[in-house]
Amino acid sequence: MSDVEKNEGEKKKARPKKTSIPRTPIPEQDARERARNFEEVALGYERDHALIEASRCLMCKKPKCVAGCPVGIDIPAFIQALVDDDPAAAISILKEKTSFPAVCGRVCPQEEQCEKVCILGKKHEPVAIGRLERYAADWEAGQGEVTMPEIAEKKGKKVGVVGSGPAGLTCAGELAKMGYDVVIYEALHKPGGVLVYGIPEFRLPKSIVQRECEYVESLGVEIKLDYVIGRTMTVDDMLENGHLAVFIANGAGLPAFMNIPGENLNGVYSANEFLTRANLMKAYRFPEYDTPIKTGRNVAVIGGGNVAMDAARTALRMGANVHLVYRRSMDELPARREEVHHAEEEGIDFHLLTNPTQILGDDEGWVRELEIIHMELGEPDESGRRRPVPIEGSESRIPVDAVIMAIGTKANPLLTKSTKGLELNKWGLIVADENTLATSKKGVFAGGDIVTGAATVILAMGAGKIAARSIDRYIQGQPLLTPEEEEEIRAEAEKLREKAAAK
Amino acid sequence: MENPETGQETETFWIEEAMYKILEKTDYSDDVYMQVIEAPQVAATAQAGQFVILRIHEEGERIPLTIADFDREKGTITIVVQAVGKSTRHLQTLGKGDSLANFIGPLGLPSEVEKVGTVVCAGGGVGVAPVYPIARELKKAGNKVIGIVAARTKNLLLWEDKMSELCDELIVTTDDGSHGRKALVTEPLKELCQDGSVNLVYAIGPAIMMKFCCKTTEEFGVRTIVSLNSIMIDGTGMCGACRVDVGGETKFVCVDGPEFDGHQVDFDLLMSRQRQYLEQEKISNDLFLECRGDKKCLT
Repeated sequence: MSDVEKNEGEKKKARPKKTSIPRTPIPEQDARERARNFEEVALGYERDHALIEASRCLMCKKPKCVAGCPVGIDIPAFIQALVDDDPAAAISILKEKTSFPAVCGRVCPQEEQCEKVCILGKKHEPVAIGRLERYAADWEAGQGEVTMPEIAEKKGKKVGVVGSGPAGLTCAGELAKMGYDVVIYEALHKPGGVLVYGIPEFRLPKSIVQRECEYVESLGVEIKLDYVIGRTMTVDDMLENGHLAVFIANGAGLPAFMNIPGENLNGVYSANEFLTRANLMKAYRFPEYDTPIKTGRNVAVIGGGNVAMDAARTALRMGANVHLVYRRSMDELPARREEVHHAEEEGIDFHLLTNPTQILGDDEGWVRELEIIHMELGEPDESGRRRPVPIEGSESRIPVDAVIMAIGTKANPLLTKSTKGLELNKWGLIVADENTLATSKKGVFAGGDIVTGAATVILAMGAGKIAARSIDRYIQGQPLLTPEEEEEIRAEAEKLREKAAAK
Repeated sequence: MENPETGQETETFWIEEAMYKILEKTDYSDDVYMQVIEAPQVAATAQAGQFVILRIHEEGERIPLTIADFDREKGTITIVVQAVGKSTRHLQTLGKGDSLANFIGPLGLPSEVEKVGTVVCAGGGVGVAPVYPIARELKKAGNKVIGIVAARTKNLLLWEDKMSELCDELIVTTDDGSHGRKALVTEPLKELCQDGSVNLVYAIGPAIMMKFCCKTTEEFGVRTIVSLNSIMIDGTGMCGACRVDVGGETKFVCVDGPEFDGHQVDFDLLMSRQRQYLEQEKISNDLFLECRGDKKCLT
């Protein structure tokens, strides 16, 4: 009897047994092999894996995982469909809340969201919700036919969306389903935003992004490439030219540098530049593709987030020895555990508790060495994490041919400066109501990284959904929130206050 | 889709039909050419001093080029290009009826044009082309415009006729004296500054030319604007490849420029950063020249 059949037979009294099934690992490309190619690292569940993993779900009456999901997917329901070996039903349930399950299943930080609050995870390992989501999405792609949602009758009302990243695509898709004529304006020559220029092929194959963009187009959305809002056309132009509302989701933008000596030397890249060259421009296949990139033998990546991991693993795949320089310890490393684990397996050299002090170059203006100083953790700072303090006199040098700065981004002023009456915060990010995403400008809504600063794909998708709801109500002349929603928000805020007071 | 020659997967992600038509092409010399490109959405808001980014084909790089002219009614943008590397040589092989994969713009901030009195507009080599629309705006704003059109040699001189029509005064120089005055661009510039009547200088051309123009005018304290042509990818502030040092501060040419106060610009850093990919540019260029004329080889 296979595990699956055994499981089926014991379904009735399965509850205590479920906890004894270990979390099903996802098959992966061998670390040594994948360190030399750009193919996807995680290969995905086969049917047997999915059946076993789905069977682990406790089907909680009051599931915490649903509340842990930024878009509120009915997780037990889609997993139940997988238990019933009905991936078609699973994908329908997923698509009620997310338009891009193949993307979410791969790049969502589930360990911080749905899987973090999974009841099974209290004593055992949580259900691999992300992997199951990916399984259902890949099943749909594999069998060819795409489940189409219901699309309301055309209203003949036009809405503009700025940016075709996760927030923009989600908002456009939702509005199209409601019957709006939606046009997405994308500055680059490919749609997808960060899914295309930022996240590497080995973590999110571009064929998947293509499929998701095609899906949004099939809902009736028009994607206009090569359109830089703020330059080619302004938000005010859009409102004057037939767009009843505009959703700004143009992403975070400008890369941050450390302001240390030597940052303008040749061979110093922002992670944005490095990843854009590699991902969007396919520079790792130069000269077949025209865009060059230079890593050399030794590369240092500065930072500890997912972007730093992506840059490090991309440089590694181009044949470099990669040093990752992060100023705190492994416990504070903000990247997903899975990515850190993959990076370690592939041979990235982690220099923890170290911080760059200067970059040294040669007479030709090229990077030659990175000077770092060792750090120790002191008292916790405002973020609650222990503040790294330099240890005097502990400087050392790493020979490098390239340095990649992956320390975050700042707001891009290009759109905001050209839009009249748009309130910004001190960081230059757009101020938007967190429940409606309405900005200070009538008819203009904003979400994603341009509001929150660099965050995750799924949070951006969540913002896209809220914006679509608000825009629909705005165009219909309704209040942006129903009395019930307002009550809910009040109650939620009250709860938070009580919690804070209790502390 | 697999490329039969390399055995590698070729890019199939979101390939759209090349839609930016080349309406006109004129060769000015073996290396310098002019193209008029149909891009109504760019022409609609283009202003003097801004630039565009174009991509020839699917495997192509994004090339930034300063706008040489624009026609809002016809919906066209004019570019003047010097073929120096693979992409600009490839672009040179294209003419009327061909199309470009992408044409993005207008990018960067427009020139800040106001009435200041007498303005010298100096263009070196292909730099004359971007100077032209700026000179036109300066003239419209009521300034006295003195043009300097400079090049190494006669057949590299551009738009002498267009500039002479526009400017109150025009000085033509060549390094070898094959046409106009035998002088470097800095010589007449210095004389004009010495006269004491110059209120503003625009200098656009190769980095080295702009550097020495700025050195010349700095002595006289004459404000000098330059338009920088650094390496770029997206042109919207996202990548930071185009960073330059202006007055000790790092600026992005694409969103903070392309025009800056030339006396504040670290030209040596700019030139060093421009040389960043010389080695790869040579590989690309050699490969291109090897299979010149072979269409399959080109794309």
